[in-house]
Amino acid sequence: MALLEIHQLTKRFGGLLAVNEVSFQVEPGQIKAVIGPNGAGKTTLFNMISGTFPASSGTVFFKGRGLKGKKPFQVATLGMARTFQNIKMFSGMTALENVMVGRHVLSKAGFTASMFRMPWTWKEEKDIRGKSMELLALLEIEEHAHTDAQSLAFGQQRAVEFARALAVEPSLLLLDEPAAGLNMYETAEVARLITKIRDFGVTVLLVEHDMSLVMDISDEIVVLCFGEKIAEDTPASIQKNQEVIQIYLGEDRPC
Amino acid sequence: MTIELLIQYLMAGITYGSIYAIVAIGFNIIYNTTGIINFAQGEFVMFGGMIAISLLQFMPLPLAIVLAVLLTMLIGALIEICFIRWLKSPSVLRMVIITIGISILSREAAVHIWGESIRSLPYFVGNEISSVSVLGARVSPQVFWVVAACALMVLFLGIFFKTTSVGREMRACASNPRAATLCGINTRNMVTLSFVLSAGIGAFAGCVMSPITYSQYDMGTGLAVKGFTVAILGGLGSSGGAVAAGLLLGIIEAFSVSVVPLAFQDAIAIGILLIILFVRPQGLFGSKEAAGLSEF
Amino acid sequence: MKNLLTILPLLAVVILVHYLTSATDTMYYLTQLTMSAYYALLIIGLCVLMGYAGQISLGHAGFFAIGGYLSASLTTHNLIPYQDNALLAFLESSGMLVSGHDLYGEALLVVSPWAACLVAVSSAAVIAYFIGIPVLKLKGHYLAMATLGFGIIIYRIVLALEYFGEADGISEVPAFVLLPGLSVSGNFSDRVQNYYIAWGVLLFAMVLLLNLIDSRVGRALRGIHGSEEAADAMGVNTSRFKLQTFVLSAVFAAIAGVFLTHYNGGIGPSEAGVMKSVRYVAIVAVGGMAHLWGTLLMGVVLTFLSLRGVFGSYDDAVFGIVLILIMLFAPNGILSLNIRHRIKTIFGRGKKRREEEV
Repeated sequence: MALLEIHQLTKRFGGLLAVNEVSFQVEPGQIKAVIGPNGAGKTTLFNMISGTFPASSGTVFFKGRGLKGKKPFQVATLGMARTFQNIKMFSGMTALENVMVGRHVLSKAGFTASMFRMPWTWKEEKDIRGKSMELLALLEIEEHAHTDAQSLAFGQQRAVEFARALAVEPSLLLLDEPAAGLNMYETAEVARLITKIRDFGVTVLLVEHDMSLVMDISDEIVVLCFGEKIAEDTPASIQKNQEVIQIYLGEDRPC
Repeated sequence: MTIELLIQYLMAGITYGSIYAIVAIGFNIIYNTTGIINFAQGEFVMFGGMIAISLLQFMPLPLAIVLAVLLTMLIGALIEICFIRWLKSPSVLRMVIITIGISILSREAAVHIWGESIRSLPYFVGNEISSVSVLGARVSPQVFWVVAACALMVLFLGIFFKTTSVGREMRACASNPRAATLCGINTRNMVTLSFVLSAGIGAFAGCVMSPITYSQYDMGTGLAVKGFTVAILGGLGSSGGAVAAGLLLGIIEAFSVSVVPLAFQDAIAIGILLIILFVRPQGLFGSKEAAGLSEF
Repeated sequence: MKNLLTILPLLAVVILVHYLTSATDTMYYLTQLTMSAYYALLIIGLCVLMGYAGQISLGHAGFFAIGGYLSASLTTHNLIPYQDNALLAFLESSGMLVSGHDLYGEALLVVSPWAACLVAVSSAAVIAYFIGIPVLKLKGHYLAMATLGFGIIIYRIVLALEYFGEADGISEVPAFVLLPGLSVSGNFSDRVQNYYIAWGVLLFAMVLLLNLIDSRVGRALRGIHGSEEAADAMGVNTSRFKLQTFVLSAVFAAIAGVFLTHYNGGIGPSEAGVMKSVRYVAIVAVGGMAHLWGTLLMGVVLTFLSLRGVFGSYDDAVFGIVLILIMLFAPNGILSLNIRHRIKTIFGRGKKRREEEV
């Protein structure tokens, strides 16, 4: 069974059809990419999957469950974590604390327990801290654990954001343009980290602009154009796909 | 309820409603150009009335009112120049707190200048007991002054924004400040101007209402909350909506006197505000998309 | 544990102040210090709401008033005329009522302070909960106005209802006997005792909040403040956490109201006024919003000065000016880490320059 199944997902903004009946599946263990030119509806699609806003029609199934009406925090609880195009670090918190927030759904200390430091929360707190350090180590930024997250370099912030999302222990990780704003060297680093995350056992769905990143690491690619899916295939076949080439080379043929 | 009483309530409602509408339009003018809700809006009304009362000792009433309005406009300009102009993209919370601070300072200044006593301007025509008969109900002539003044201001603003080039430039700033700047409009001056305008109409309202509602140093907060209620009710930024919503709130309040004790009259307006905020934050007459676009 | 230790120096200061005042024969300061401690209790609660959950409230004097007024009215209104009521009989048999005699020797039956306190604080919590559900959906100006509106409604209610003493408020509120021999009251003989009760309560609350900030809940709250969208994506139920924080801060305000009312022996409508709410917000802003220690310090210092009448008739004006100046020039508070950070960068720069020269 597919981990994520998107079925005829559609989004209308007034008269604009941002996403039109898009369907595809993400198999466990894959890195799947969604590409397309600007305004193709990639981010809209992403926001519908993660529950930021509802779809006009169509459904998203995650682990066989419909996500209709689920808010982002509920989707996260089900095991789907995401990152943001313009990295949203928690300001005023260290890198470690940022990652520790990611452990939220896997811990349970509430207001009273936290205020009175109930003995059972001690262990929980220790586990959260230990696990978060492990993840920072996995993403190779443990030396910056106690630095204010917002003062880190952009590429490092991206790594902290990955660690934070992984702290949710997701079965599916959504990455929204992970290479946005990064230079070539940093992009290569991010590519390496993404494959590392996949090898760690997390399925990845990413939306991306940067072709080099997508072609190198993806197992399968979905191409969107003006809200419609025009191709879905392996990177090698996508590179040979006439229609895709025309879109990207800008020939005057509307898709 | 007799027809006379009904008209009496209705006229009272329209009087207060027009004033609320003017305060709401004051909110709107500043909100449109800056995205700020000026919590000190009620203080402009207070200043208008209080300054006119003080000036009356030295000059005739019409001159006192004109001068009071001009002085309040100056205060508005000073407030903007001192506290708002040089802030670079301040957060909403910061602006809320700053304008609240300005409102406190204005009130404290007023209490030290004029004391806590309740004052009022004389009736423009006749006195407290003179009245005009409307369908058998006795209505103070001042009521017509208030309504006419408010109508005039709405008309004036409408013409100002539609036909004059400064008015058009202000509208351009409201819809897209950056594009307006690129077209060579000095956005900052437009913001100052919006404070001046909004202070001016507030002060004028403060003068015409003073004979009926009296003026006191602490009248601002109550007016601000009600004016804000009306601005929200009518859809933030819309003048026509503000007039309709102002009259609606005024009339509801006036009639509520026959049902609940006077002391709870304010509670009713605020109750309406809370309900509107929860149920229809875009206002009765606003569209949902417009509300979604404004940054909150 | 760590937070308990950080409180110890402050506890030492509290004891030191007591000895200083008794040595210099200025024990009358203790009265205002006691009152400041209760106001500070409200203010640190508000600090968590504003600084950490990022929600402004211009209605916290309302919660203070709910606590103070309910406990004052319940412990002073004579229930003798309703004595035959079955509910009252039940309450009396369960020890919730106390009987005694008033100044003129008439029989008096009132709710016991403990029961009244419980009712007052839980009412504030329930009201905060139901007000909070819709209010906290709002943001920015809307939230500010809605909470301001709530504050005004409470003010109007206490001013309009005879039960709450209208413009006179409620006086002759009895002492609140916490434990035998330990009571919250304005009696001259209990002054030192009350100083320690107030500061004990404040410090205990401070430990609780410090614990809270440095925990799963605290991180979630700071996350919401940092980026609500990202916190949401991490599985934080943002609206529930905001609501719980709102209720928590309302409870702190109500407890402050209950204790201060028993200490002063009464409460008046000015405690519910909008100016009070604005003042609390001002102090939190001065303290640096997300800065419990700064807020605690500023809360005690500013309310103490205000209660001593240092600002004279310019009391409100001072708070207005402070509010504006802080927001204009130091939106992160005067005690914000900025100073330390700035010093660091100055030194850091100097070091770098030297390295470059080398």
